[in-house]
Order: sequence, then C-alpha cells, then structure tokens
Amino acid sequence: MSGHSTYVPKSDAGKWLEKRLPIISLLHGAAVSMPNPRNLNYWWVFGGIALFMLIVQVVTGIVLAMHYTPHADMAFNSVEHIMRDVNWGWLLRYTHANGASMFFVAVYIHILRGMYYGSYKAPREVLWLLGMLIYLLMMATGFMGYVLPWGQMSFWGATVITNFFEVVPFIGDDIRILLWGGFAVDNPTLNRFFSLHYLLPFVILGVVILHIWALHVPGSNNPLGVEAKSKQDTLSFHPYFTMKDLYGIVLFAIILFYFVFFNPNFMGHPDNYIPANSLVTPAHIVPEWYYLPFYAILRAIPSKAGGVAGMFGSILILFVVPWLDTSKIRSANFRPAYRIFFWIFVANGLLLGYFGQVSTTDNFLGIAGVTNLVVSQMSTIYYFGFFVIILPVLGLIEKTKPLPNSISEAVLGAEGAAAEAAEQKA
Amino acid sequence: MADTGKVKEPGRRDFLYIATGAFGALGVGVGAWPLLDQMNPDASVKALASIEVDISTVGVGESLTVNWRGKPIFIRHRTAEEIKTSVNTPLSDLKDPEEDSARAEKPEWLIMVGVCTHLGCIPLGEAGKYNGWFCPCHNSVYDTAGRIRSGPAPKNLEIPEYSFISDTKIKIG
Repeated sequence: MSGHSTYVPKSDAGKWLEKRLPIISLLHGAAVSMPNPRNLNYWWVFGGIALFMLIVQVVTGIVLAMHYTPHADMAFNSVEHIMRDVNWGWLLRYTHANGASMFFVAVYIHILRGMYYGSYKAPREVLWLLGMLIYLLMMATGFMGYVLPWGQMSFWGATVITNFFEVVPFIGDDIRILLWGGFAVDNPTLNRFFSLHYLLPFVILGVVILHIWALHVPGSNNPLGVEAKSKQDTLSFHPYFTMKDLYGIVLFAIILFYFVFFNPNFMGHPDNYIPANSLVTPAHIVPEWYYLPFYAILRAIPSKAGGVAGMFGSILILFVVPWLDTSKIRSANFRPAYRIFFWIFVANGLLLGYFGQVSTTDNFLGIAGVTNLVVSQMSTIYYFGFFVIILPVLGLIEKTKPLPNSISEAVLGAEGAAAEAAEQKA
Repeated sequence: MADTGKVKEPGRRDFLYIATGAFGALGVGVGAWPLLDQMNPDASVKALASIEVDISTVGVGESLTVNWRGKPIFIRHRTAEEIKTSVNTPLSDLKDPEEDSARAEKPEWLIMVGVCTHLGCIPLGEAGKYNGWFCPCHNSVYDTAGRIRSGPAPKNLEIPEYSFISDTKIKIG
C-alpha cells in the first residue's frame, strides 16, 4: 500500500492489467512483500484473527438474512424457523451469535496488545484512532444484532440503550422518538435496526481497509517498541506472517467452534428465548458480556445523566490515549512501573465486567458492609485514573530500562546481527 | 492571487460563488430532511394516540395495566392509607417535588405511565421501601404517588394526558 511491492508482471495479461489498474502490485505490496519486524510474538496474530472473524460474521450474516423476517410479529418465530427448519440454520445462527462474542474477544486482546506495547504512540496515532472507530462501530452493530431475535433481552436491551439518549439536553426526547420511530421500542425500531445491522459491517470493512493502510505506512510496532531500521530487522509478510496468522486463526477457530458445537448458549441469556413483551421487564437485565465493564460504570454512578456520561466517557477516553501517554518508550517490557499498572488495569476491567452482572446492593464476595456498588465505584475511579493520571504522570517520572540498539541485535545478539548483515551484503 | 495590499471589493464572481454555495447547501438540507424525518413516528403509529379504558372492575387496592402507544399505563385504585401517606409526605423529602394533588385528578385514581424514568424498565407494583413501585433494573424506588424517592431515576413516573369520560371510564391520550 505504500510501495513495498516487488511484483513484476510476467505474463502479457499481467502487464496489460498492471498498466491500467495496478491492483495486483498493490495487494502484493500489502500482503506478500510487506516487511514486518521479525520479532513479532503471538500477541500480534489477533489483528488477523479479528479480520477473519469479521469475514465469518459478514458471510454467516448475509445467509441468515435470507431467512430472517424483520417484523415485530414474526422476527422471533423466524429465528426459531432458522433453528429448526432451515438447512444448517442452527449452525449458521450459532456461528453468528458466538462469532460476535469471539470477534470481541479478538478485538479486546488486540486493543490490550496495543496498550501494553505502546502501539498507539507516534507515528501510529491515526492507526489507533481508526481502530477505536472500528470498535465503536462494532459495539453499535453488536447491539443492533442482539435486538433482532426480538426476545425479552433484545427488547429490554434496546429500551435501556435507546433511553441513554434522553439525557441529551433539550433534544433528548426528540432523539429517542426519532430512534424508535414511535413512542416506545416497537416494530419500526426493529425494522431500522435490521437495516443498519446489515449496513454497518460493510462500513467496518471500509474502516478496516483504512486501518490496514494506516498500519502499512509506518509498519507494525513490535515487542521491543524499537522501529525496524534495516533489512535484517524484518521478514516479508508472506510466508512468515501469513502462516503465523493462519496458525493463530486455526487455534482461535477451535475455541469458536467449541462454543458453537458444545456450548452454543453459554454466552447468551435464557430470557432471550421468551418472545418480547412490552409490558413485562425481566427481573435481571444484563447486557452481552462485552459491554459489561461499561454497564458497571453506568451503574456505579448514582445519577442518570452522570451514569450515561460516565459510560460513554469510558469508551471515548480511549480515543485520546495517544495524547494522554507522555512516555516516549513504547513497550511495557522497558517500563517496569507501567507494566504493573497495566496489569492492574486489565484485572480491574475484568472486575468491572463482574460488577456489570451482579446486584449492586449485594455484598462484595459476601464481605459484610462492603457492597458491590462501593467497590465498583473504586473500580470506576481506577479505570479513569489510569488514563487521566497514571498515563500522563508515569511517563514523566518513571525510570525505564535501556532500549536495545536494534531489533536484530536484541534477537540475534550483537555478533549474530553483524553476521547476518555481512551475509546479506555478500 | 497577488497581494496588492488593499482589500479587494467583492465582485460579481464572488457573489455568484456564495449564492451558488448557499443554494447548494440549502438543496442538500432539503434533500436530507426526508431521509431523516422518515424515521419519526409515521401516521399509523400516531393514529394510536388515544384509548378508552373501563375502570369499573378495579376495586380499592387493585391495579390495572393497559397498553397505550406501546407503553404500559398503571391504573391504581389507591387505598385511603396510600393516599394519606402520600399527602402527608413533606415536599422537602422529594427528589422531584410534586404535591399528591398534582399527581391524581381524583385522589383514589392514580394513572401513570409505567415506565421507569431512569432507563425505561417497568417498575413492580406494591413494592419497595415506600410500598409504591420498585424498578428491578437499577433499584429506583417510587412512593404511593409514583414519585421518585431513591435510586438513579431523576423524575417521578410520568402522568399521561387523561380525562374521566364518566365515573367508570377514562380516556388516555
């Protein structure tokens, strides 16, 4: 994408096309000859896995749409029709439903990888912003997809989430009615969510192309966080990283299909097998697991507007991370203090996920006098504190470890790097 | 453009540029409005604006829930005690202060939209600390006049537009 191609057309047809539309050399530069740091570890395969999951979702989604009916009276039954009557319908739907979860698993690991190794730092800020945009679009798409089966959780999830917009000053109520197409969540809401749920994955695909373009300008970051300087620091994308990504995809697909075949409803809620009823709210409303940490932040703040602002803020703050982090050192391997705070951040995120699905008034782990609400409020403080206090301050005061001179020196040792350089010259 | 040191008088061409741009922007706006406004409630949704309900079967201490515009309407025949505790509640105790008389046209009939003002769940009746309504989603507690007493909900349960057609019949909407 930025001129790494070594492709030279050999056939007459190839030459003919190359002159008119150099698409083969474009793809060759992006996926074959693209130089990648040779020291990428397995945390780097999750980008490829995420792309694979997006394709799985688009393909299964298109065929599911051939059998699904986006109408409030028929949606629930059409999903059961897919499960019972449509050839392989159960496989397609379970793959799509569990695929959404596994897509989020891959993306969360991908994002945390970026945070651990400082991949968002200059010159990769735009790459990070595009990634965050993809994440935001994924959340919207996942939410609207969850509404489509029109079960109780679908309906009440849609109600709670659309009600967030009421806190917008002055026009909140109008926005809500516009989203609903009525005075409550109903058929018009379902119908438009279906339309947008079909559209957004293709928008995501477009942003993914920009994301990859923005990646190929500076090239991949790596576990050392030291830029690749010479040819012996890199290997071509194909076959080295295509095969490594493929290996990761196969392992990941095993986990996906464990859920599809052996535990397909593990990540779902039984309430969603009850048809939507606008007059009965389920006793225990829980969002899909991938929204739980943000839902916990919503519930930790005991005011409507404050909770909604905190929840959206907790997602939007991710966009400015490249400008909050003042450290010039990318990789946490050379930032001993940051590494500790990072892992606390990960543990805290999991804890918030736990708080997103338990009653706020119960005691935390049964400890008398300590409610889940109080602990989830401390978790929320750490979540925001990590971004607005730890990231800016730590970069200024932390004593970091010395960086290696180059990737090849760190990987092969000084002598090995010299030998490799000599070999390449010869 | 060469810098001549003085401000150039706007000419005929500048006027044409601005006029064309303004007209174009207006055209985009006019074209975008139907694409956006189609999402608003359509005629068939608006046609369901009002319903009539027979309340003769609802005894004292009983409630009826009816569906109005896709939302539940709570019709509660309040007991004398419920009315008394509500009337005697000082306004200073309330998060969204409102007199009991402003909540019910006839004190024994409390008619409200049964949608929690927090995030839209349906509260459970005769529940919670004040024996009014309790929302299981995020623990908002309402009293016997449907006024918010504790929890994250900011406002009292909404009172819809309604009128008594007769002693036993009401019109909602």
